[in-house]
Amino acid sequence: MTLIDTPAAPFDASSFLSVNDLRVQFPTEDGVVKAVDGLSFSLERGRTLAIVGESGSGKSVTSQAIMGLINRASATIEGQVVLEGQDLIAMSNEDVRRLRGTTMAMIFQDPLSSLHPYYSISRQLVEAVRVHQKVSKADARKQCISMLDRVGIPSAEKRIDDFPHQLSGGMRQRVMIAMALLNSPDLLIADEPTTALDVTVQAQIIDLLKSIQQEFNTAIIIITHDLGVVADTADDVAVMYAGRVVEYGSVEGVYRRPQMPYTLGLLASVPRIDRARVTRLDPIPGTPPSLIALPSGCAFRPRCTFSAEVPDNLCSDVRPDLVEAADGHQVSCHLTPEKRLRNADAMFALLDGRSEAGVQAATPSDPESGDPA
Amino acid sequence: MTSYVVRRLLSVVLLLLLLSLVVFLLFSVLPTDPARLTCGKSCTPEIIEANRHRLGLDLPVLQQYWEFLKGLFVGRTYGANSPSPIDCQVPCLGYSFKRGEEVTVLIKSNFPPTFWLAIGAFIVWMVVGIAMGIYSALRRGKWQDRTAMGVALVGYSLPSFFLGLLAIFFIILKWKVLPFPSYVSPFENPQQFLQTMILPWIVLAILYAAFYVRLTRSQMLETLGEDFIRTARAKGLPERVVIGRHALRAGLTPIVTAAGLDLAGLLGGAIIIEAIFSLPGLGTLAISSVNDADLPVIVGITLITAVFIIVANLVVDLLYAVIDPRVRLA
Repeated sequence: MTLIDTPAAPFDASSFLSVNDLRVQFPTEDGVVKAVDGLSFSLERGRTLAIVGESGSGKSVTSQAIMGLINRASATIEGQVVLEGQDLIAMSNEDVRRLRGTTMAMIFQDPLSSLHPYYSISRQLVEAVRVHQKVSKADARKQCISMLDRVGIPSAEKRIDDFPHQLSGGMRQRVMIAMALLNSPDLLIADEPTTALDVTVQAQIIDLLKSIQQEFNTAIIIITHDLGVVADTADDVAVMYAGRVVEYGSVEGVYRRPQMPYTLGLLASVPRIDRARVTRLDPIPGTPPSLIALPSGCAFRPRCTFSAEVPDNLCSDVRPDLVEAADGHQVSCHLTPEKRLRNADAMFALLDGRSEAGVQAATPSDPESGDPA
Repeated sequence: MTSYVVRRLLSVVLLLLLLSLVVFLLFSVLPTDPARLTCGKSCTPEIIEANRHRLGLDLPVLQQYWEFLKGLFVGRTYGANSPSPIDCQVPCLGYSFKRGEEVTVLIKSNFPPTFWLAIGAFIVWMVVGIAMGIYSALRRGKWQDRTAMGVALVGYSLPSFFLGLLAIFFIILKWKVLPFPSYVSPFENPQQFLQTMILPWIVLAILYAAFYVRLTRSQMLETLGEDFIRTARAKGLPERVVIGRHALRAGLTPIVTAAGLDLAGLLGGAIIIEAIFSLPGLGTLAISSVNDADLPVIVGITLITAVFIIVANLVVDLLYAVIDPRVRLA
């Protein structure tokens, strides 16, 4: 065991955005749901962080906690979210509200249900301008039209009077992006911005986000389960599992040298046309754990095919810390770095269909062995 | 839109025709003999037969129906060849020989109390029900919500005759807060009108308000969980605007349907409340007509009530197209 025992992601309040040990818990009748369980990361202007994970891993709750969209009466929120030196968690609801739409803005997954069905686009956009800026309706409307124009809506001065249902899915998402950008936010959170869209439209929206980032030097957090989107857009990636970050690093580093078995599983389950056809898609066995009763030790252990390689029941007894494995690349795993790298090599070999030995190492023939049931 | 309205109106006319036929046939097979009811104790079979002929009751049922329909549009004269013919003005819904009055006139004179009762109760229950429903939804799970829901359940469970009798017993008889109800037109004596109507309004409204509290609450809770509410918050709108402009608009729209139909139903007469508070409305008229087997009046009231409900349906549908931009009438 050669774990480097320094806590990774040192809390750095000088970053544009730094999240430190964020915990979000929802009390329910069945018990406390630990949706986010000690999350830390930081982000600079002009950079894009992708948060990746399965449904229920805490991605969306994280983004809504940053935006202050979680009802504080129904959840316990602890930790720090420091945006430009101000701790949003410690601020009053009213102060956070003033930052919403101005300093930070958000784009949601389903643009149809995220727009009010009874109000025209213009009404919904103008309202977003006028809540933060003291301008006349006519001036606000001009701003909105030029922003719609900027996000690529043709004949914006006409379409602005449409209702959401009269636009296509891609156009609606452009409207959402325009709405988020109206007051030039410094931080843009995009929660699965392309999931509900056609593939061709997805690419356009991704391009739009990238060009906006260049123009406004925006910090972007993109939440997705689409690893293709991550590779396309992000500088850094945080892989979340059961409310925690289990692997963090540059997209380059994490994709080239994934170290946590969960990340391996995610990468292995992406279909790729350029990979050999001999391998089947390889889903991660089992289901995500209940956030009420997390497994002891490493939350991924029941689904992990490698936990037997770790001695002394370490995986089931001790929760691994997120530690620096390579420069800027942090991993939360008890496996030795050598074994992790060997597993990654085996997986890539498997995906390339080159090595029979790799097949054995990366995918045990009995998937049930990792099933928590 | 225009063609939609025209088509809807045509189908309304068809529906009413069909409905009137069914009602007419239904009552024609009842064992009571309307001709027998036209004369009192000193009746001879000859008089009954003469009256039967005068009323056209000796004709085949379908021909009677045809006469009835014709009467609606051109009026009719009962016993044209007899020494004392009876004129029934357009729109003639029939003639109550029991009361010696045209059905149309009876309905017209009994409609105002029913109308005022329905309108007043409607306003009370909509204001109270919706306000309480919103309040409950915004304090979901807290003691205010639980209390409101408990009160609503009690209000919903109490039969209106029980509530009405309680109100009369305590407020009118025991504490003498209000005089005994005696209906007058609001234009004649507004004070007495209000004193008479206030209890019926409240008692009738309690039943409906209890339903609307629950309806509004569930609508609001559903809406507050919608994505567009989250968007409104993400824009940085104050909570007051999020609730008032975004949640209410979407949450209350479906209530229009229920409200329109409930109001229409009441315009046909609130039988129990009218009877308890002795309001001379359509409900009271319906009950006494049933007791007297006064068929023409029963047919008339049934048809009028049906017209209210059918028209309310149409109005609600049209209104929906105005308030929900997604609805296209075609």
